[in-house]
Amino acid sequence: MPASKKVHVTTTINGEDTDFLCEPRHSLLEVLRDNLGLTGSKEGCNNGNCGACTVMLNGRPVDSCLVLGAEVEGAEIETVEGIACSSNLHPVQECFLEGAALQCGICTPGFLVASKALLDKDPHASEETIRFDLSGNLCRCTGYDKIVRAVQAAGQKMATKV
Amino acid sequence: MKEFDYLAPESVSEVVSVISEHGDRAKLLAGGTDIIVQLREGLREADVVVDIKKIDEVTSFKYSEEHGLSLGAAVACYHLYEHPKLSQLYGALADSTHIIGGWQIQSRASVGGNLCNASPAADSIPSLIALNATAVIAGPNGGRTVAVQDFCTGPGRNVLENGELLVSIQVPAQCNNSGSAYERFIPRNEMDIAVVGVGSWVRLSEDGTIAEARISLGAVAATPLFAEEASASLTGKHPSEENFAAAGELAKQIATPISDMRGTDEYRAHLVGVLVKRTLTTAAERAQN
Repeated sequence: MPASKKVHVTTTINGEDTDFLCEPRHSLLEVLRDNLGLTGSKEGCNNGNCGACTVMLNGRPVDSCLVLGAEVEGAEIETVEGIACSSNLHPVQECFLEGAALQCGICTPGFLVASKALLDKDPHASEETIRFDLSGNLCRCTGYDKIVRAVQAAGQKMATKV
Repeated sequence: MKEFDYLAPESVSEVVSVISEHGDRAKLLAGGTDIIVQLREGLREADVVVDIKKIDEVTSFKYSEEHGLSLGAAVACYHLYEHPKLSQLYGALADSTHIIGGWQIQSRASVGGNLCNASPAADSIPSLIALNATAVIAGPNGGRTVAVQDFCTGPGRNVLENGELLVSIQVPAQCNNSGSAYERFIPRNEMDIAVVGVGSWVRLSEDGTIAEARISLGAVAATPLFAEEASASLTGKHPSEENFAAAGELAKQIATPISDMRGTDEYRAHLVGVLVKRTLTTAAERAQN
């Protein structure tokens, strides 16, 4: 098999038109980190279990390690880098900081993206819903309780701002 | 990951011609939640990966009271449980698609992919079998259909021959007095592989007895099973706990589970009885509402 040709992909990342060249075998996660320098998304398990690489793809949370870069032609992508509005942190980010909802921090970008997605859907999500919807994000440090409380607090902030 | 080429054809016939040419060296890409992991970990190899998500009939779904649900093979799981009408009509599919992986997986993984991957423990297959679904296949010699209960031939193996692909899944229309449910047993609440999974469907008569029932078992044999005798035993019976428990005992007889780290064969057989009873109870409740 000869070396695969690179694919040219045009996409929107965090609101900006972006294009890149990648090999067909490169995951969206590899493209984001290695080609585009967006190193906020982390590689944890690289097989779809841990959620550290979670990004929004056309409005849905996905594991970017399980998406090929070549697949995102014409898609809209939001990464953890796009959550804050200039220098103002998003309520989810504020509450993770204030509630010390992290220790080593590797899982945090994925949790932030997934948490914002679930609160955008329902800022009043119950603890049970939060735990169910975040089951695709693993954290080996915190024991999850502080994360769940931070998400609940962020939901309250988001609900009062609207 | 080893190198491969990437193609995204816009018609089923183009896919058939590419996969006919490359045979086993071509791999189809729908949601990618199985195949990308398999390619990365060297469990499967490909010269060319064929993305089928540019094809309308593979990525769309439609429901009519006459023809039922036509579910494109690459439609992601979330469509089934977020859709108000489909989740109500096809309770078993809503149940299973909501617990395949986590939210991120459900945004991409498809029922068609879950079927083609043919894991004995696949969550959506017992639901499809209980709902009497049919696989719609395209290939170099034209199309054919295969009942989902006959689609899987072994762990990771299915009836698709060289050049063939699953285009859609046809699920019969549902009436007001039918209902279905899927339940699996896992040691935690989410993100795990079924120790046992059971899908059940019932249609009630006007007098409240069971007109017809279908029960399917996952993770207790090399392929998901249709529990024919247990299903037939319910015809004409009342939807009672006693009758459901008796159907569970019959279903246990066709289970030939293995013992592994998830549970012993004895434990799995016991779970078949428990889950058959529970899913029939939920299916009957849904049929009554």
